[in-house]
Amino acid sequence: MAELNTGDGGGGKGGKVRSKKQNSKVDLTAMVDLAFLLITFFMLTTTLSKPQSMSLGLPDKDDNPELNKEQKVDENRTMTILLGENNKLIRYVGFVTKPIEGGAPKDFAYGKDGIRKELLDRKEKVFQYTGNKDKGMIVIIKPSKKSKYRNLVDILDEMAIVGVPTYAIVNDFTPEETKLLGGDANTVPTATTVPNP
Amino acid sequence: MAKIKMTKKSTSTDMTAMCDVAFLLLTFFILTATAKVPEALPVDTPQSTVSTKLPDKDLATLTIGKEKVFFDLKGKKVRIRTLELMSEKYGVEFSDEDKDKFGKMEGFGVPIQSLKQIIDLNPADRNKAVQPGIPKDSLDNQLADWIRNARVATAEERDADLQIAIKGDANEQYPTIRKVMDILQDQKINTFSLVTGLRKQ
Repeated sequence: MAELNTGDGGGGKGGKVRSKKQNSKVDLTAMVDLAFLLITFFMLTTTLSKPQSMSLGLPDKDDNPELNKEQKVDENRTMTILLGENNKLIRYVGFVTKPIEGGAPKDFAYGKDGIRKELLDRKEKVFQYTGNKDKGMIVIIKPSKKSKYRNLVDILDEMAIVGVPTYAIVNDFTPEETKLLGGDANTVPTATTVPNP
Repeated sequence: MAKIKMTKKSTSTDMTAMCDVAFLLLTFFILTATAKVPEALPVDTPQSTVSTKLPDKDLATLTIGKEKVFFDLKGKKVRIRTLELMSEKYGVEFSDEDKDKFGKMEGFGVPIQSLKQIIDLNPADRNKAVQPGIPKDSLDNQLADWIRNARVATAEERDADLQIAIKGDANEQYPTIRKVMDILQDQKINTFSLVTGLRKQ
């Protein structure tokens, strides 16, 4: 197999030259190391390069108004999340004009310390209110025209993390909601939660 | 007292077999790995913690960035059939050679009238060419036709449902994404995937 003939060919002299017996084995350890390193690399890159994806199901859209009936839901179970420009996020619980206690429109930040805490908290409250596992929280996501795709994916991700049973993307804005998002558009959003006055 | 002679054992093992196996595996992985194809429209996908993988067949990817939409479809046969259906509808002729080239191409973002010019370019120049995106307004909704014909072609060739993935740029304005979602929903496609990167937590 891996043998090297390293015997010197300089035996031109008359006398019998005894060539020194050399070790013919080559140390393959380094080569094996390298090979396994490359294997690991190729294995990991082939499986990891496949893009992640998030599946999204939207409700049936029908232009026929008879089929498009308005559904009445309990206001105590619904949280509406408005996505504005510059990563602005406002949530309220119940109606925008008549929010339920503790659910007045309020700014939140994206991520672990922002909206996720609120979602978990509200989910628990809704569960206590209904006492029924099948009647969980309903979240209505309203991305405004100025919001970014990133905002939508972020909030959908929060839904998956928190485990909100029912959520929907709605594109209709009421005048009050537009005012909420546009009212203080000049203020620079901060990373921390800004309480609404 | 007789001295017990310890037999000196060699500490080095024969690595030859191990080396063989390692290189065999290495060759296998190199050959099976597919090289990453450069994208026609590079986008920065948003991140999420969801870790479902995309399917690798019967998939159409709509890449959205800079208000342009690019279309990509997996599977050579399906692509060729889709192109045939599209050329029938829009009355644009493609030769067999064009169809074959289209089958091997990556995503594109041109109106069908100028698709031939993109096909004629060699692969290296294709991504350099400025592609205006597939028309998607209500007057000339080619995107909807591409999706519809791709679904027909997938059903014919592979007897399967076509999955749709939206690969949007994180900084894309929501109305553009909504427009594409509306086009999908008009065809009663209510379930699709959003391509995201992995968020490190």
